[in-house]
Amino acid sequence: MASETAGAGALTASAPVSGARQFWRRLRTRRAALVAAAVVALLVLVALGAPLLAALEGQDPNTYHPHLIDSARGGVPVGPLGGISAEHWLGVEPQTGRDLFTRLVYGARVSLGVALAATLVQVLLGVTVGIAAGLGNRWVDQILSRATDVIVALPLMILALALMAIVPAGFPRPVLVALVVGLVAWGGTAKIVRAQTITLKELDFVAAARLSGWPTWKIARRELLPSLAAPVITYASLLVPTNVTVEAALSFLGVGVKPPTPSWGQMLTAADVWYQAAPQYLLLPAGALFVTVFALTVLGDGVRTALDPRAASRLSIGTGRKREARA
Amino acid sequence: MTGFLLRRALGAAVTLLAISVIIYVVFYAAPGNVAQISCGPRCSPAQVQQVADQLRLDDPLYLRYWHFLQGIFVGQDFSTGTALQHCDAPCLGFSYQTDQQVTQLILTKLPATASLALGAMVLWLILGVGTGVLSAWRRGRPTERILTGITLAGTATPVFVIGLVLMIVVCGQLQWLPFPQYVPFSDDPEQWAWNLLLPWLSLALIEAAKYARLTRASMLETLAEDHVRTFRAYGVGERSIIGRHALRGAVAPVIALNANDFGSMFGGAVLSETLFGIPGLGRELVHAVNVVDLPVVVGMVLVTGFFVVLANAVADVLYAVADRRVVLS
Repeated sequence: MASETAGAGALTASAPVSGARQFWRRLRTRRAALVAAAVVALLVLVALGAPLLAALEGQDPNTYHPHLIDSARGGVPVGPLGGISAEHWLGVEPQTGRDLFTRLVYGARVSLGVALAATLVQVLLGVTVGIAAGLGNRWVDQILSRATDVIVALPLMILALALMAIVPAGFPRPVLVALVVGLVAWGGTAKIVRAQTITLKELDFVAAARLSGWPTWKIARRELLPSLAAPVITYASLLVPTNVTVEAALSFLGVGVKPPTPSWGQMLTAADVWYQAAPQYLLLPAGALFVTVFALTVLGDGVRTALDPRAASRLSIGTGRKREARA
Repeated sequence: MTGFLLRRALGAAVTLLAISVIIYVVFYAAPGNVAQISCGPRCSPAQVQQVADQLRLDDPLYLRYWHFLQGIFVGQDFSTGTALQHCDAPCLGFSYQTDQQVTQLILTKLPATASLALGAMVLWLILGVGTGVLSAWRRGRPTERILTGITLAGTATPVFVIGLVLMIVVCGQLQWLPFPQYVPFSDDPEQWAWNLLLPWLSLALIEAAKYARLTRASMLETLAEDHVRTFRAYGVGERSIIGRHALRGAVAPVIALNANDFGSMFGGAVLSETLFGIPGLGRELVHAVNVVDLPVVVGMVLVTGFFVVLANAVADVLYAVADRRVVLS
């Protein structure tokens, strides 16, 4: 779609493969990206250590606590601030009395796990399709590029939502969500990889490999993949926050992760009914989502700048601004 | 130019055809009992058989797709066991839940979504480009930093989060507005606008952030160019440089982004329609997915794809008009 105008080429402005050390050095100079990286690391720790944190609080995400619910007042939690107490650090859920802290930390698992898994699927598919289209003959390229156009043209949310209608029941729901989100959003990666592959395959080192009779897959693995790493990592780091949002959106709509598995999107669904009695029922998942997506976005931006300094002057946050300001 | 237009139209048509093939194959050739899936979990065996007949499941897939395509262009006759039901030209089949023609269903839901989308688009263009211009003008000053921070936060906020917070603060806490209830434009334009204000804002605030960043970046790029320096040397005022020359550089990218956003806006519409109870395409799609009404789902996806492809084609043309440097090839 819109190949004349597509920004696919913008991200690929070929960064010299800069080595991990140089990457870290560049990333370290950006304060915003560092803070974001710390936040993301903390979130990952919380997600991984969810059972530990739950044990520390002594609660369980799925146990109902009817005695903490004031049924006379329509199901709001007993006590001030939505039932915050020494046992329930962030209060309990209205109506069911389930512990909010544990639901929140287990929700981080779903949120980050699904988003990362979906990103992995997107990258694997995108890189495979992109390389195949770039190296293949005219017909392979035509067919794969058309398929890519289609997947790019269709809105991600709509397609993911629609696919949820036909996915088999009885499969673990988070896995399904990750697969569906992965399957509908590999187009951008494929476009970038194809463009990059076409440029690379004309270069001497690839031509030399081809002349020495290497099979195509070997050329792809040994010669192309290392050069593709920078643009792919850059793009993937920007996919993660989108995937977090999409998972939350699907769960919010009731077609994503299903109860009783805790998920931030799901927690938001019923929140508007309870905002007065238990404001944290809204604020916690909303805040968690915001912080996660925000941190991932800033980190992604930092990764992009560190991998491709030339792109830094375009849409940057942090220190890049000062240089632009002088321009 | 004519050649370019023709090529662009042809390209759009090919993409649409490809979309229809892929969507059809994905949804109707999925493993498992297609009739059972498309009829939904609440169908009786007799209904399932009827669906199987309607879908002509005994025919090979390409023939079934051909009939589907035929339905879109010339209409189609469905045998419903006893009677023959005709479905007019842009035929996307019948809903298994309500027996309504999918095309009819989409047409009845379209005005609400269009109201939401167009209003939000106007708002986000004004807000986004305005903010972008302001921060390019005030570059390096506190105003710009604050605006950059706000827009960055905006890009990171999901539509339903900001919508929910807006609704609770504006309607619940402050009670400035009643909780939105959709009123069709034809009934009462004033009420229509008031009730759509929050849905518009929730979509626009998030989208505007992207436009603000893009506008600012394009303007800063133009401001760094030689001809701008020349203007300055000639004593052209900053206001004129920003308003006339730098802004022009931002027009083309904004158009391109706007076309791309057409798609993500449908996604946003799903969320904001569900949240605010607007009876549009998005809410209908969520409903159809929940009750597994496959013809409706497929119809919706195709119509969405149609609008997105159309928007992109129009944008390409506008882009070429707005920026003469674009080579028409």
